[in-house]
Amino acid sequence: MATETIDGPKRGSLLNDQRTRAIIFQALAFFLVVVFFIYIGTNTVRNLDALGISTGFGFLDSPAGYDIAMSLIPYEATNTHGRVFFVGLFNTLSVAIAGIFAATILGVVMGVLRLSKNWLVSKLVYWYVEILRNIPLLLQILFWYAVLITLPHPKQSIVFFGETFHLNKRGLYMPEPIAGDGFGLIVVALVVALIIVPIMSKMAKKRQEATGQTFPVFWTSVALILGLPLLAAAITGFPVTYDYAELKGFNFKGGMVLRPEFVALWFALTVYTAAFIAEIVRAGIQAVSHGQTEAAFSLGLKPSWTTRMIILPQALRVIVPPLTSQYLNLTKNSSLAIAIGYPDLVSTFGGTSLNQTGQAIEIIMITMLVYLSISLLISMMMNYYNKRIALVER
Amino acid sequence: MTDVTPSNAPGQHYPPGQHPDLPPPPGTVGFVGWLKTNLFSSIPNSILTILALYLLYSAIPPIFFWAFIDADFEGASRTDCASAGACWALIDVRFNQFLYGFYPPDELWRVYATALVLILAVLPVLFDNIPFRKLLFINTALLPITGFFLLSGTGSGQDALLQTVETPQWGGLLLTMVIGVTGIVASLPIGVALALGRRSNMPIVRAMCVTFIEFVRGVPLITILFMSSVMVPLFLPEGVNFDKLLRCLIGVSLFSAAYMAEVIRGGLQAIPKGQYEAAAAMGLGFWKMMYFIILPQALRIVIPGIVNTFIGLFKDTSLVLIIGLFDLLGIAKTVVTDANWIGLIHESYAFVAVIYWVFCFGMSRYSIWLEAKLHTGHKR
Repeated sequence: MATETIDGPKRGSLLNDQRTRAIIFQALAFFLVVVFFIYIGTNTVRNLDALGISTGFGFLDSPAGYDIAMSLIPYEATNTHGRVFFVGLFNTLSVAIAGIFAATILGVVMGVLRLSKNWLVSKLVYWYVEILRNIPLLLQILFWYAVLITLPHPKQSIVFFGETFHLNKRGLYMPEPIAGDGFGLIVVALVVALIIVPIMSKMAKKRQEATGQTFPVFWTSVALILGLPLLAAAITGFPVTYDYAELKGFNFKGGMVLRPEFVALWFALTVYTAAFIAEIVRAGIQAVSHGQTEAAFSLGLKPSWTTRMIILPQALRVIVPPLTSQYLNLTKNSSLAIAIGYPDLVSTFGGTSLNQTGQAIEIIMITMLVYLSISLLISMMMNYYNKRIALVER
Repeated sequence: MTDVTPSNAPGQHYPPGQHPDLPPPPGTVGFVGWLKTNLFSSIPNSILTILALYLLYSAIPPIFFWAFIDADFEGASRTDCASAGACWALIDVRFNQFLYGFYPPDELWRVYATALVLILAVLPVLFDNIPFRKLLFINTALLPITGFFLLSGTGSGQDALLQTVETPQWGGLLLTMVIGVTGIVASLPIGVALALGRRSNMPIVRAMCVTFIEFVRGVPLITILFMSSVMVPLFLPEGVNFDKLLRCLIGVSLFSAAYMAEVIRGGLQAIPKGQYEAAAAMGLGFWKMMYFIILPQALRIVIPGIVNTFIGLFKDTSLVLIIGLFDLLGIAKTVVTDANWIGLIHESYAFVAVIYWVFCFGMSRYSIWLEAKLHTGHKR
């Protein structure tokens, strides 16, 4: 009797059954989506035929025929669109990585200063955050670019560090280090140091857990990472020479140059994202209750240890997830490069190449997939880090 | 009671508990005390204060002099600006263009009318204690229709009530507001639908919603705008041609809907399961359960997140200049290409930056105010 009512053998109309309804509804939704895609697919094929554009990825092998101002890999106008893709991709990645690096440092400093007991500093940071994050990023990029290209001409460059750095409207010119014989040994020394450091920190932790004795891991790491390469350099006789930028005619020759497009984009991305990161860091630190600090002090921990071993690990759990989405935002926002002509993926491959070949669908799809992959990659790395620092419960 | 005098003279004795209150030590109260505790409490703090003061000293006076003291406020071209500071004559002369783009001057009353309708539509949403709230809500519901006909007109020719104004003539703050408001109005319901779909038990519906949300959130808005301006015309049958602005509006709405969906999902997840079960026990179906029980609670929790999405959307409207629409920032870039005003890019950018800032800062203040108002019951 009772089992009958629970199993519910008496059903009403099939249409009133939730499971049937779910199946019907889903089939309908699926059908509509498929019809939609078939519809736009046939339209697209017909339109492309009318325009005389053939689909496919053959265009990647055809010559691009235009110059790109900044490239990390060798590139000439005779190279293919496929190579343009990599030039753009590397430019996007370089500005994104530089931006993430600088925004994290600036954002953390700002977030900590916001909590400073110093009234003036705290208010200054408050207004920095409120002004920067309430103005569109694109406007900020355009503004910094406008500032940079109104700098003096190369002949009236602003000079600093004793005639080695030159700042003018063409960019920031710096000496370029050139590796000589025996430079490999320095690299090897650095790699060795980077291998030793994590092993040492693990051993120090083990020893502390076993015996209670501490070991100055941080300073030893710094000494190893700086000292070993320096030692190697001393042995090989400092095999690094510098190529200085020199004014020849109307422009500088030699050295390294940071173009104004790169500097404007990087600077705007950094200060804009740092404003958000500052708020995230502030919220994260405030989320750790003051009782934790008091408890650490009452156990006799120094303030620096309290920050490092009590406050920071707990604050990081709150900070890391929103920080991840800021990193993703920064990477996606780097596509605004197109507004000032920095040759990133969207402005070279997704802009000029698209206009030249007319392969809109292929190019936009590839561009979108690249950003999707970068997003997923950053998410995965940050999720891994987040898992490592997450609270381990019983 | 003994005669108490506020003195600290030695040799004076008081019975226990009768000692008069002493004045606070010098330098702990008043202005000097405030300075000591807040600015110069320690040596590092004092260094920070001096650094901050130096920063202010080197930044504020030059900007102030540039923007106000040394600035020119009137003139017909940049040659009339003789002084070293800003040339605000540009803003003065091109003010209408900043606000309306190339909207025909004879029809400007329609923009003002739309602005009035918009303000009347927004008021009852923002504040719950204004008079005639119910009546104003009717206006709010009709806003998409009234706004559309007021701005774009009812037809061309002699007998048309409102002459058609083509969308390429829209621009400036007007266009920014059109994109922003449409995005906000459209993204909320789409976002709710996507969030419900993502939390649904139906695997196919859930998969479709997750795919859409994660795809859109993974790509930059620029690529979506490119898609709407370059790819969408290919998707349509021959002869059908969408307005460029309309395509851009669809792109912006779908983009912010994906972000909105994630915010709302957060709210849905915060509702305890008991609420769902109680609603089901009362015999409510899915839609009634959502409309009367779940969504009112879920949306209230995530109001700050929703407003943040709106702020992000409002800032992102500036990206439409890249696909060739003349929004506020697009106009700011364009007016200085005129030979009369060439090179005044800083004035132009500063002016629109202030406009954007006022809107975004206003929204964020409103969100904080609303949060404080709604949290009265839960505050510890």
